[in-house]
Amino acid sequence: MADLAVRCAGVELRNPFLLASGIWGESGESLAGAWNAGAGGVITKSIGSVPRPGYPNPTVETYERWGLLNAMGLPNPGMDEYPREIEVARRAGATVIGSIFGGSAEEFARLAVRMAATGVVALELNLSCPHAEGYGTEIGGTPEDVEKVVRAVTQKVSLPVIAKITPNTSDAAALALAAQRGGAAAVSAINTLRAIAIDVHLQRPVLAHGLGGLSGPAIKPVGLACVWQIFEKVTIPIIGVGGIATAQDALEYVMAGARALEVGTQVTFDGVAVFGRLARELSGLLDELGFARLEDAVGVAHRASSVPRG
Amino acid sequence: MRVVVPVTERVDETPSTVTLRFPYPAVADPGQFVMVWLPGDDELPMSLSYTDGPSKGVTIKAMGATSRRALSLRPGDRVGVRGPYGNRFDLTPRKVLIVSGGSGAAVLAPAAERARASGSSVTVALGATRAPELLFKERFRALGARVEVATDDGSEGTKGFVTAVAERLLASERYDVVWTCGPEVMMKKVITAASPRSVPVFCSMERHMKCALGMCDACALGPYHVCVDGPVFPATQLEPLGDFGAFHRDSSGRRVPL
Repeated sequence: MADLAVRCAGVELRNPFLLASGIWGESGESLAGAWNAGAGGVITKSIGSVPRPGYPNPTVETYERWGLLNAMGLPNPGMDEYPREIEVARRAGATVIGSIFGGSAEEFARLAVRMAATGVVALELNLSCPHAEGYGTEIGGTPEDVEKVVRAVTQKVSLPVIAKITPNTSDAAALALAAQRGGAAAVSAINTLRAIAIDVHLQRPVLAHGLGGLSGPAIKPVGLACVWQIFEKVTIPIIGVGGIATAQDALEYVMAGARALEVGTQVTFDGVAVFGRLARELSGLLDELGFARLEDAVGVAHRASSVPRG
Repeated sequence: MRVVVPVTERVDETPSTVTLRFPYPAVADPGQFVMVWLPGDDELPMSLSYTDGPSKGVTIKAMGATSRRALSLRPGDRVGVRGPYGNRFDLTPRKVLIVSGGSGAAVLAPAAERARASGSSVTVALGATRAPELLFKERFRALGARVEVATDDGSEGTKGFVTAVAERLLASERYDVVWTCGPEVMMKKVITAASPRSVPVFCSMERHMKCALGMCDACALGPYHVCVDGPVFPATQLEPLGDFGAFHRDSSGRRVPL
């Protein structure tokens, strides 16, 4: 059986499949459930300075098994209360990565210090939520902003910092490079693609917030392209995310340059049993292709590539 | 997938509850719920109170601003519906005791009807604050169930909590299973009464719900998600949970006392 253990952003992962931020993760019991089901690690809901209820419903629209549109609006219990949930997950033995969001570099830095004190192994900065006014993409939309936020955080905490960047830009690789300049230990790509659903009978958007973010198999080729381009520009590890439903999807991301992976929408479709299945199937696929270790497959597609670089 | 349908019928069941019927042909079973969207307002989980045939129904009690608005809907008004979601009551024929508190009867009435149709005997302990609030009393009687009533103010039946009626019934007769829905403290007491007699109890649970898909974690209850692992839970799953009867999560995910 091929070895799925990877070291990414200074963190040892028993396998590359992380629970993506925003899926489950409001409660410690849910994080523990994903870990117990075989996830390589779990990323918390993005936590802010104060409790936030998120948007009213409808917050989701489903497209069979190919996509999920959501605008939850960053609901979270707030940093005062959330350490309890992390403690529950840690008691279950989970490798926990803490996701945070702020409205400024200073707020990110303050939250990072508090999140770091909870016992998480790394931080993920949400610089990419596409549907929250004053947060996410709005403060991670340019290389300058990404670098500023990442630097503010890395100056305050010694834990590895992962910048989750947006695909809603003309140059995701430039954002990743900015994160690297700011001192990030890794980047995760991609967050959801900005999207909307319209009801023709009611002649209005379906989601209460109007705009939302699209996830699921529909966005996999977009995520792959971002990871591909980022791999050409940065030296820090990449965590691939976007529409991973099968071991083959996972390996496509790895061969495009990802060292670790996040799984979200597929957890909605299949439950956390998806983690055990993906790990088993990926190990089998690597065996079949002659890779002894997952790490040996990272970025290999670039070697064979005749794609013009630049 | 969400569909937009007109309300076709409205029945004022009690002073605080209204049934809305709408065309929705999807197959559904007692215990399941749908997400009902009031365009321009919110979308809420609602247990199906009518599960059979092409016309489904929900029975709504005013809890917050959106459910209050739902109470004012009239035939012709349009709502969005998706589902049904969640699990169902096990309808294996046997001797069933139903314990209903307040609007809990909304999910229990269709379960009673299917149970009777498949050969179960059904006894109902039906509780409400006062006589006019007894939901689906005639509906339960019409299907041949024995109905024992309790009201908080004593305006009908036993004065006090319906759990006292349930205890009396459990002490006097042997039931194979208890189905209950109502305030969590009530359901906890029902479990306490049934457990020593080794009668399994199934509770229909309610939690704040957003996606109904098992994604957002809003309805997390211990290791479960009420939307996909429930809403019907065996007492054996609920009893070990510190949150059962004690805490729920608000829309931000904070644990707050019930």
